[in-house]
Amino acid sequence: MFAEFVKRYQSWHDRNQDIAALPWLLFVVLAIMTVATGGRFLRAHNITNLLAQMPELGLLSLAMMVPMVTAGINLSIISSANLTAVIMALFLKGVFPQGAGGGTTIIIIVGAIALGMIVSIVLGLLNGFLVGYVEVPAVLTTLGTMILYEGITLAITRGFVISSMPEAYLLIGNARILGLPIHMIIFLVVALVMAIIFHRRPYGRHLFFVGSNPTATAYSGVNVRRVLLKTYVISSVLAGIAAVVMLARFNSANARQGSSLLLSTVLICMLGGTDPFGGFGKVLGLVMAMVILQAVTNGLNLLGVRSFATVAIWGAMLVGVIAYRYYQHQKWERKRKQLQRARMQQ
Amino acid sequence: MREERSMGESRVHRSVMDSFIDFRNVSKFYPGVRALNNVDFAFEKGEIHCLVGENGSGKSTMIKIISGVIQPEPGATMVINGTRITAMHAKDAIDRGVRVIYQDLSLFPNLTVKENIAFGLYGDTRGPFVNWKAVEDRAVSAMRSIALELDLDRLVSSLSIAQQQLVEIAGSIIGDIKLLILDEPTASLTRVEVDRLFATIRTLKERGIATLFVSHKLNEIFEIAERVTVFRDGAKIGVFEPKELDQKKLVFLMTGQEVVSEPPKPVRSGAPELLRVEKLSRGGNYKDISFSVRAGEILGITGRLGSGRTELALSLFGMNPPESGSIFISGKRVRVHSNAAATRAGIAYVPENRLTQGLIMPQSILANITITILEKVIGAFRLLDHSRSESLSREWIERLSIKMPSLDAAVQTLSGGNQQKVVLSKWLATNPRILILDEPTVGIDVFAKDSVHRFVKQLAERGDIAIVLISDEVHEVLDNCHRILVMDRGRVLDEVLPGSDAEATLLEKFNLA
Repeated sequence: MFAEFVKRYQSWHDRNQDIAALPWLLFVVLAIMTVATGGRFLRAHNITNLLAQMPELGLLSLAMMVPMVTAGINLSIISSANLTAVIMALFLKGVFPQGAGGGTTIIIIVGAIALGMIVSIVLGLLNGFLVGYVEVPAVLTTLGTMILYEGITLAITRGFVISSMPEAYLLIGNARILGLPIHMIIFLVVALVMAIIFHRRPYGRHLFFVGSNPTATAYSGVNVRRVLLKTYVISSVLAGIAAVVMLARFNSANARQGSSLLLSTVLICMLGGTDPFGGFGKVLGLVMAMVILQAVTNGLNLLGVRSFATVAIWGAMLVGVIAYRYYQHQKWERKRKQLQRARMQQ
Repeated sequence: MREERSMGESRVHRSVMDSFIDFRNVSKFYPGVRALNNVDFAFEKGEIHCLVGENGSGKSTMIKIISGVIQPEPGATMVINGTRITAMHAKDAIDRGVRVIYQDLSLFPNLTVKENIAFGLYGDTRGPFVNWKAVEDRAVSAMRSIALELDLDRLVSSLSIAQQQLVEIAGSIIGDIKLLILDEPTASLTRVEVDRLFATIRTLKERGIATLFVSHKLNEIFEIAERVTVFRDGAKIGVFEPKELDQKKLVFLMTGQEVVSEPPKPVRSGAPELLRVEKLSRGGNYKDISFSVRAGEILGITGRLGSGRTELALSLFGMNPPESGSIFISGKRVRVHSNAAATRAGIAYVPENRLTQGLIMPQSILANITITILEKVIGAFRLLDHSRSESLSREWIERLSIKMPSLDAAVQTLSGGNQQKVVLSKWLATNPRILILDEPTVGIDVFAKDSVHRFVKQLAERGDIAIVLISDEVHEVLDNCHRILVMDRGRVLDEVLPGSDAEATLLEKFNLA
């Protein structure tokens, strides 16, 4: 039984070297935080706190990961989510009749979400068109649209916060099904769907190919432009789903909600084994990385470290992760060269 | 005299005075590998000397030792230009007039021609400003000495590879140069450019500059070399004059084994025509191309780089639409607007550049083989059936006897020959009726080459596939094709049948390599 487990872990470890260190890291972080806080870390109340921010952060990180696998990046995820949230908020406030019945409520909420998704698709199409068809580098494209989308949101809201959503809508943010918050269920389902797309759909495989070598992918009969277009649409839709969750949790929307999360999503992707040069990345790694980072932030918080210092710690972790990844890459390159020399000798 | 100033040197016996390089007992060991094992290597002043050998034979190690980049194991005797040297570093090699031009050039693409040639002068500048006059003068004189004419102020990135190479040569012959080492210099040159390069090498010889030329294009070796040294497995096999050698003998010396090539079996009578091309034209690429290929037939297309052969192949594969003319598959006219459409129509294309176009190097062997057939391995819930893609991949790996550590290994861990077989697999997996092979054996060793050729001929024998084999290597098409089209400047000049005088026709009449 135990031997079987060890064997399975070994095989998983061999096939997932990019994320194999994460379970251990997670364990170490949890252990340190538990001991350092004298057990406060593991109390139910704190665990709830710990998990509260995960759905939107996870959804936004997935939105960052998809283009990153194609060797791109999407800097506009937050501003695109905010634009989506503001439009949904205006729709909800504008059409929601006082004292509406159950049926109408559901229709209006579903309508708002559908509207949000349409807005996300449009925003994603612009990114995807520029990256895929005009061939503007993703960094420049999404830096531009990041400012564009934020500007549009500011113009719509004139800088104000739109708040007080209908009670029924807020259920997405605080109701539970079988003990799990609805927004957590949304995240888990989306993560599972993304993992399946990455692993088991032709489009998902194409993402990795495009990330490693777009030319050879094109020579293999894959429409690389369409893959990129789809990539940025999916990224934007994931940001849109994050917007649905954020609107419900904060009961408000504005142009600059959660703008500090952008750095976090990059950090989570990279710690989770997504290669910023494209071609590699795993949803499981992303989820583990997110839990690790949330545990660190939350634990430091409990220990009384000021949130300003936490930002510095995140920055340090990002630098550390990047340095580690490069180190690993070089080690791997050296090993490859040695193998090559040995093979030449045969 | 400057030689006597350096440390660790002494005058040696007169008998070696004519040699520029005279190295004895040179060894170099890496962990688990004997790159060079007690090798003697010598050539004379002003000689054009070729160094040949398979990958891993020790050629590059020898170059690195001569240029002082790495040091041999203790016990080697190294004499350069009559001076014995005990320890040599890159700077010492440069001081003795040794210059190396590597395959991937070391130019500054963002700087101009004159800056690249004379960039060393920046250091000579006294005062706060660059002396542009001196930079220009030096560049002009260097270019004149190899009869190179280029706009001095052009950016190097805007030049062709051949021109860049000449710029690098011009830059390297500044100063007191005695030996120019060229590492695979012709890999990406057209025939005309190779001629230009060879003329430059001969000009240098007149100035008393020796050239050490490393290449595995055998015909070029016969053309330029005065003597040839053959390395195999880290040892020297011998030194030969080109007139003692021919293609077969040189291959035998390099590999230690005889490679016998059998012509393809004749096409069955009554085999149906699978591909027909009529009056295909595309401005600037090719004009008025008509030919047909039958099932089981291998049609060769040869011609120099720039003859339009690759452009034609890309048109058949839907990546370079023709402007006029028509393509018929099994008698039915088809329009292929994309390579996806071409693949559906049963056309497969193995591109000429394996590294950039053929394979996705960091991804797994499995991923590379199945990339063309993902739509076909979809199972339940419209999801990919991994066990099916695995068994399909294993089937091809067996059929092409690809040597690999595991299906999950990155394709870049394979040798060139096995990589090329992966490219073949990924296209054969689409079950094509027409297979276009563009330079299918470039840069792979003699045995891998032979095994690819055998496989292609076996494939044709099955009798249900038409093969187009594009190559600028005359022997490749002569040995493996039923008919050969000769292309030049976008037109088909002639059709040649392999036979007794075919080689002479191709080499002399069309001046091919």
